[in-house]
Amino acid sequence: MSTNNLSYNDQGGSDSAVEVGQETTPTSSSNAGAGFGLFSTNFKKNDDLKEMLESNKDSLKLDAMKRIIALIAKGKNASELFPAVVKNVASKNIELKKLVYVYLVRYAEEQQDLALLSISTFQRALKDPNQLIRASALRVLSSIRVPIIVPIMMLAIKEAASDMSPYVRKTSAHAIQKLYSLDPDQKEHLIEVIDKLLKDKSTLVAGSVVMAFEEVCPDRIDLIHKNYRKLCNLLVDVEEWGQVVIISMLTRYARTQFTSPWREVSGGGNSETAFYESDEKKTENEDEKKSYMMDPDHRLLLRNTKPLLQSRNTAVVVSVAQLYWHLAPKHEVGVITKSLVRLLRSHREVQYIVLQNIATMSIQRKGMFEPYMKSFYVRSTDATHIKSLKLEILTSLANEANISTILREFQTYVKSQDKEFAAGTIQAIGRCATNISEVTDTCLQGLVLLLSNRDETVVAESVVVIKKLLQTQPTQHSDIIKHMAKLFDNIAVPMARASILWLMGEYCERVPQIAPDVLRKVAKSFTSEEDIVKLQTVNLAAKLYLTNSKQTKLLTQYILNLGKYDQNYDIRDRTRFIRQLIVPNEKSGALGKYARRILLAPKPAPVLESTYKDRDRYQLGTLSHTINTKASGYLELSDWPAVAPDQSVRNVEVIEPVRIHLYLYCPFPLTIQALHQGSVCVCQCLYHKVSCYFVSVCNASQDCIHNRARFVCLCRVCLCVCVLESSSEVESDEEKSSSQSSEESDKSSSQSEKSSSESDSEQKKKTTKKPPQKKTVKPTAKDRLHGFVPKKCLSRSLCFSLYTHPCPLSCAALLQVSGPAFVPEKSHDLLHRMTGKGLSAQYQFPRQPCLYQPSMVSVQISLTNTSDRPLEQIHIGDRSPTGLNMHCFNTIECLLPEASVTVSLGIDFNDSTQAANFQLCTKEDQFSVSIQPAVGELFLPITMTEQDFRQEQGKRLGMNESSATITMAAANTTSQPISRQVATVANLGVVPSGQDNIHRFAGKTASTGAVVLVTVELRGESTALITINTEKSVMGPMLLRDLKRALAQA
Amino acid sequence: MIHSLFLVNSSGDIFLEKHWKSVVSRSVCDYFFEAQERASEPENVPPVIPTPHHYLISVLRHRIYFVAVIQSEVPPLFVIEFLHRVVDTFQDYFGVCTEAAIKDNVVVVYELLEEMLDNGFPLATESNILKELIKPPTILRTVVNTITGSTNVGEQLPTGQLSVVPWRRTGVKYTNNEAYFDVVEEIDAIIDKSGSTITAEIQGVIDACVKLTGMPDLTLSFMNPRLLDDVSFHPCVRFKRWEAERILSFIPPDGNFRLLSYHVSSQNLVAIPVYVKHNITFREGSSQGRFELTLGPKQTMGKGVEAVLVSSQLPRGVLNTNLNPTQGTYTFDPVTKLLSWDVGKINPQKLPSLKGSMSLQAGASKPDENPTINIQFKIQQSALSGLKVNRLDMYGEKYKPFKGIKYMTKAGKFQVRT
Repeated sequence: MSTNNLSYNDQGGSDSAVEVGQETTPTSSSNAGAGFGLFSTNFKKNDDLKEMLESNKDSLKLDAMKRIIALIAKGKNASELFPAVVKNVASKNIELKKLVYVYLVRYAEEQQDLALLSISTFQRALKDPNQLIRASALRVLSSIRVPIIVPIMMLAIKEAASDMSPYVRKTSAHAIQKLYSLDPDQKEHLIEVIDKLLKDKSTLVAGSVVMAFEEVCPDRIDLIHKNYRKLCNLLVDVEEWGQVVIISMLTRYARTQFTSPWREVSGGGNSETAFYESDEKKTENEDEKKSYMMDPDHRLLLRNTKPLLQSRNTAVVVSVAQLYWHLAPKHEVGVITKSLVRLLRSHREVQYIVLQNIATMSIQRKGMFEPYMKSFYVRSTDATHIKSLKLEILTSLANEANISTILREFQTYVKSQDKEFAAGTIQAIGRCATNISEVTDTCLQGLVLLLSNRDETVVAESVVVIKKLLQTQPTQHSDIIKHMAKLFDNIAVPMARASILWLMGEYCERVPQIAPDVLRKVAKSFTSEEDIVKLQTVNLAAKLYLTNSKQTKLLTQYILNLGKYDQNYDIRDRTRFIRQLIVPNEKSGALGKYARRILLAPKPAPVLESTYKDRDRYQLGTLSHTINTKASGYLELSDWPAVAPDQSVRNVEVIEPVRIHLYLYCPFPLTIQALHQGSVCVCQCLYHKVSCYFVSVCNASQDCIHNRARFVCLCRVCLCVCVLESSSEVESDEEKSSSQSSEESDKSSSQSEKSSSESDSEQKKKTTKKPPQKKTVKPTAKDRLHGFVPKKCLSRSLCFSLYTHPCPLSCAALLQVSGPAFVPEKSHDLLHRMTGKGLSAQYQFPRQPCLYQPSMVSVQISLTNTSDRPLEQIHIGDRSPTGLNMHCFNTIECLLPEASVTVSLGIDFNDSTQAANFQLCTKEDQFSVSIQPAVGELFLPITMTEQDFRQEQGKRLGMNESSATITMAAANTTSQPISRQVATVANLGVVPSGQDNIHRFAGKTASTGAVVLVTVELRGESTALITINTEKSVMGPMLLRDLKRALAQA
Repeated sequence: MIHSLFLVNSSGDIFLEKHWKSVVSRSVCDYFFEAQERASEPENVPPVIPTPHHYLISVLRHRIYFVAVIQSEVPPLFVIEFLHRVVDTFQDYFGVCTEAAIKDNVVVVYELLEEMLDNGFPLATESNILKELIKPPTILRTVVNTITGSTNVGEQLPTGQLSVVPWRRTGVKYTNNEAYFDVVEEIDAIIDKSGSTITAEIQGVIDACVKLTGMPDLTLSFMNPRLLDDVSFHPCVRFKRWEAERILSFIPPDGNFRLLSYHVSSQNLVAIPVYVKHNITFREGSSQGRFELTLGPKQTMGKGVEAVLVSSQLPRGVLNTNLNPTQGTYTFDPVTKLLSWDVGKINPQKLPSLKGSMSLQAGASKPDENPTINIQFKIQQSALSGLKVNRLDMYGEKYKPFKGIKYMTKAGKFQVRT
C-alpha cells in the first residue's frame, strides 16, 4: 500500500482504498480533512507523509501538513514525523509555516532536542518588519515548552515589550505567562516587564498585561497604583475579554485601597440589609454623607464600569455586576439587577451561572430581585439544574406579600412530570413555611394532601418536609402524625420511613395508641429494612421503652437482639449503646439514670436554609463560587481596610489637563481631556462623544522657544486628524502650579457632561465640594481656547497606526528629538492650477518628526480644486527614483469644487536634496510633480547640553568641519534674531549657551540620524563666524551657504 | 485560562481536541461522560464539572458538546461566552456547525482556534479580523487554491486588530450600498390553565446587514426610544450618545451583525397575540382520554399569525392518539410521546382546531399533570412592543445607500399550561 504522491490528490480513490481499516466515523473530506483514518491502522503510511514533506513542492508539503494536523486533531500521535516537519519551519508559504507552528507547539515538549533546530528561525523572524510575523514568531517561540531556551525567551519578551506595534506588545504580555509557567524562577525579571507593559497606553495591551499580572504577581498591588486611573479610563475601549480580567483585578484592588462604602454598623449580617430595604433611600443617603466620603478614585471605577452593563458579552456584564456587588454603596447595587435578568434569556449555560449568582445575591438582598420575580418562573422546557436554581431563588424571594403567588406557582410545579424537580419544590415549600410563619399552616395542609399523591418520591419528600415542619410546632398536629403512621405501610422510600419512625418516637406521648403498633409492624420487617430505617427503629424502640415499657418491653428486646447481630456495625454499635442506656442492670453506670433526659430531650427545630447561604464567602462570578469550593488559584477578596491607605500613590504626574474646545476646519470638534507628556492621550470628540486618541508631537513642557505647542489629534470614530498649534504664549509655570485636584475635578466634570442624565448624588456633592478650584480652572481653560487655533486638518482617513506609540519620537537614546523651534509658513507650489487642470497643490514642511517612519520627512500637501467639477480619486501614482521610500496619503475619494484638503506625506529623502518625483493622479489625469527640499528641512532638532555639544563637536573636526566668516546685517546682532534666522533656514534645535556671543544649534538628519552642529560666533560689531560640524560632508557646505545668505541678507 | 478543548458528539466520541498549553490527556473527559450518563437529558449535563486536577466547562450547541478544560480559577462565564463565540465563528465560516462540517474543515478549524486563543487567553474573536487572517472556505476559493497554490491565510496583520474600530475592515467597497435592519421580537410567556397570563416578556433584537463602502457613520433613531430601557449593544454603538440623546450612533461592522438586543420585562404590559382553548382530560380507570385544542388570534393589530406550530409532550401513559385537525398536519411519536401540529396560518374566520381521543395504557393510573403546550408562531410586519424606527441617516460618506427595515414578532418560549 505505498500510495505515491499523485494518487493522494485523487482523494476519492485513496479514501476508499483505506476506509476498510478505519475504526470510527468515516470522513467525507475535502482537501483538508482527507485521510483521518489513513494512518491509524498502518504505520508505514507515515513514510509517504515524510516523502511528501521532503519534496520540494509547497503544495505537496501543505497537503501533508494538513493531513498531519487532522491526525493531531483526532488525538493521534504524529510525533515521529517531527524531524521531517521541523525542516519546513522556515518555509516561505505562510499557510504551511503556520501549520508547522501548530505542529511544533504540540510536540516540541516531547522532542526537545529537535525543537531547538527551529529556534534560530524564530529569532530571525522576531526582527521581521512585518508585525504579524514578529508577533507569531514570539507566540510560537514562547509556546515551545523547552526549558533550555528560557534565556532566549526572556530576551525576546523584553525586546517585544518595547516593540513599536501594540500587537507585538500584546503578544509579549501573553508570553510572560507562558515563560512563568515554564520557569517560575524568572519571576523577578518578568515583573519588571509587566511593570513596563502596565504603563503602556494601548488598549490592546491592557487586558493581556493585567492577565499576566494576575498570573505572575497578583500580590504586587503596588504596580497598579500609578496605572489605576489610566486603566479605569481605558476600560471602555479595551476589548471585551480584557475588560473581564481588568474588572476582576480592579475589584480586588479597590477592596484593599478604599474604605467601606457600607455603613460602619455593617457587621455584614442580614439585619442590616433588612434595614436598607425598609428604609427610605433619602434618609439613608443623608446618614451616609455624614459618616463617609467616597474616594474619588473609587467613584471613578464605579462610574467607568457602569456602561459595561450594556455589553453584549455576558461575562463582562457579570463581572461588572460582581464589582458593584462587592464595591458599590448598598443603594447603588440595584443598577445591576436589570442587566442580570436580561442575561436569563441567553444560552442555557449562561443562565446557569447567572442564576447561581442571583441565588447568592437574593439571599442577602431580597429587594433587588423581587420586582423581577416572574422572570424566575420555571418552564417545563428548562433543564433540571436551571429549574432547581430558579426554585431556589423564588424561595429566597418569598415574603409575606408575595407568598401566595409563589405558592400558587409551586402548586403547578409539584405536579411536574420531572419528579426530581417536584421533590425540590416540596422542599422549597417547606422552606417558605418555616420562614414565613403566616403560611406555615397552609403549607402543612398542602403537604399533607400530597401524602396521598401517587408518586412515591413526592410522598417521601413530603414526609421528610412535614417532619421538619412539625418539629417547629408539634402540639397542634397529632392528627397529621396519625395520618403519617397510616401511610407507613405504603411508603417504601427509606428516608421517608425513617422520618415517620423518628416522628413517632419523638412525639410518642401524643399518639400513645399508635406508636407501639408502628413499632410492631417495623419489627416484623426489621431485617429487610435499610440501615437508616433500622437506626430509627432502634431509636423508636428505645423511646417507647422509656415512656411505655409495659407494652413495648418485649418488642424492644426483640429489636435490640436483631440489631445486635446486624451486618452493619453502626447498627450493632447503636444497639449496644441503647441497651446499656435503657435496660437497667447492675453494670449500667450513672448514665442510665439520665436515659430519659438524653433520649427525650427537647430538640431544636431544624432551620431550613438555602444551600447558597454560605456561598458569599467567594467572590461572585468566580469558578470557586460556582463549584462552592476553593478552586486552585483563587484569590481571596480582602476585607475593606479600616483606614484607607495613602491615596496619593495613585497620582500620576500629568502636566496639566488642558481642556480646549476646538472648532476646527475638520468636521468634528474635539475636546482634549488630559494631556500626558509627549505621548498618546485621550481626548474627546465633541461630536461623537467618544474618546479620541491624541498624539502630541511636541508639547509645551519641552524647551521650545516661542512656547509653541503642537498636537495631532485623531478622532477614533471619524479618524479625522487635526494638527493644532498654540499661537499665543502658554505659560508653562501656570500649568505646573495648578494642582492635581483640579485635574480630578476637571475630569469628572467632563465625565458628567458626557453622561448628563446621570444624576448621581456623589457627583453633586463633589461639585459643590470644590467650587474654588473649579473657578480658577475655568478661566484658564477659556484662555486656552483662544490660545489654540486649529492649524491644519489632515485627511480624514489617515492610517490607523497613527496613534500607536510614542516610539517614533525617541530615535536615538541620547539625542532627544525636540519640537521644531520655528515652522516657516512658506509653502511651495507643487502643481499649478493651470497645469493641473483645476487641481492645485502646494506643499510645506511642517517640521514634525514623521509619524509613519522616523527616517521620513513629513510634508504637508494642500490640495485645492479650482475647477467647477468634483475631482475624484486623488492619489499618488508612480514615483522616481523608483526606490523612493514614501508614505502616501490615502486616496481622496472626492474633492468638491472650491474645496481644499490637506494631506500629509512622509518622504525619505535619504539625506540628499535630490528631488522626490512622483505623480499626482486624479481619476482622469496624471501630473508629474516634484518636491525638492531645502537642505534645512532634512534635519530634526535635538536637545543637548552645551557640554554634550562640545563633546560631539570634538568628534567632528577636520574634514567634517566647514566654516565661513560673514558680515551680518545690523538687525541680526542680538541673540533672538539669530536664533530665528537659523531656525527659519534649518530645522535645528537651540542649545543653551553660556556665552552671549556664541549661539549653538543642534540637529540630526532625518534619514541616517547623523548629528549636525551649528555654531554662530559673533566677532565684533557685525562679523560672525559660522561653523558647521557634521559627517555629512555634502550637507555641511550646503547648509553653510544657506545660513550665510540668511544671516547676511536681512 | 483555557487549557484544552475537546469536541464531543452526541454518541460520546471525542472527535477533535486542541491544546493551548501542555497536552491534557483526553481521559479527563471521562468525568464528563460520567456526568453525561447521570443526566437524563443532554441538556441536563451540568455546565461546570470539577475533577481532581481540572475543571470542565462545557456548552452544548448543535448536539455537540464543547468541553473546555480549565486548571485554575477563571470566571466560568468567560469560558462559556468564549465557547459560544467559537460556535458562532464556526457557523459563520461553514454555514452550519455540525460534526461533519467540522471534520471536513479540520484544518481551518485548527487555524481558527489557534488564532482565537493564545495561551488560553482570547486573542482575536471579532469575525472580521479572523476573516482577514483566515479566509472562509468557499468552493471557488478551494478550486482556485488548488490550481494556483495560493493560501487561505492572510500575511498582514488585519487592520482591525490595531484599529480603534476593530469590528470594521478598512477599504470596504460595494457597488450596491445597502443597509438592512430587522427588528425581531420574541415573546416569552407562560399562560395559565384559565388563559390568564402568568408572565410575559419580550426579548427583541435588531439584526443588521450592512454593506456600505468606506467608513460610514450611521445614526438610527426611534419613534419611542423610551421602550428600550434594558439594552445591550454591539461594541460599535456609542454609549454616551445613547445615554444623552437616545440615538444609536455607530460605525457598523461589515456584513451581518447584531446591533442591539433589548428586553421589555414582565413589569410592562405585554399583549399576547394568540389564545388557546383547550380541553385535555384523562379519566381515572378509563383507557381513553379526550384532547381538544383551538387556537385563535388576539391583539395582533390586524396582522396575520403565520407559521404556527403547536407541540406538546404528552404524559408517558399515552399510547397513541387519534386526532383530527381542521387544518395542517399533526404527528405523534409514540416513543418520545411528542405531539406536534403544524398549523400554518390562522384564519380568524375559521379557527384551527385539533380534536380527538388519546388511547392510554390500560390499567395505568391517570397522569398528575396535563401536558404543557408550546406554541410557535410568527407575525410579520409588526413588533409587538410597538418599537418603531424613526429614521436612519448616514454621515461620512457621499453616496446614497439603500435602506430597509423589517419588523417581525415570533414566539419565543411560549407555553400554555393546561
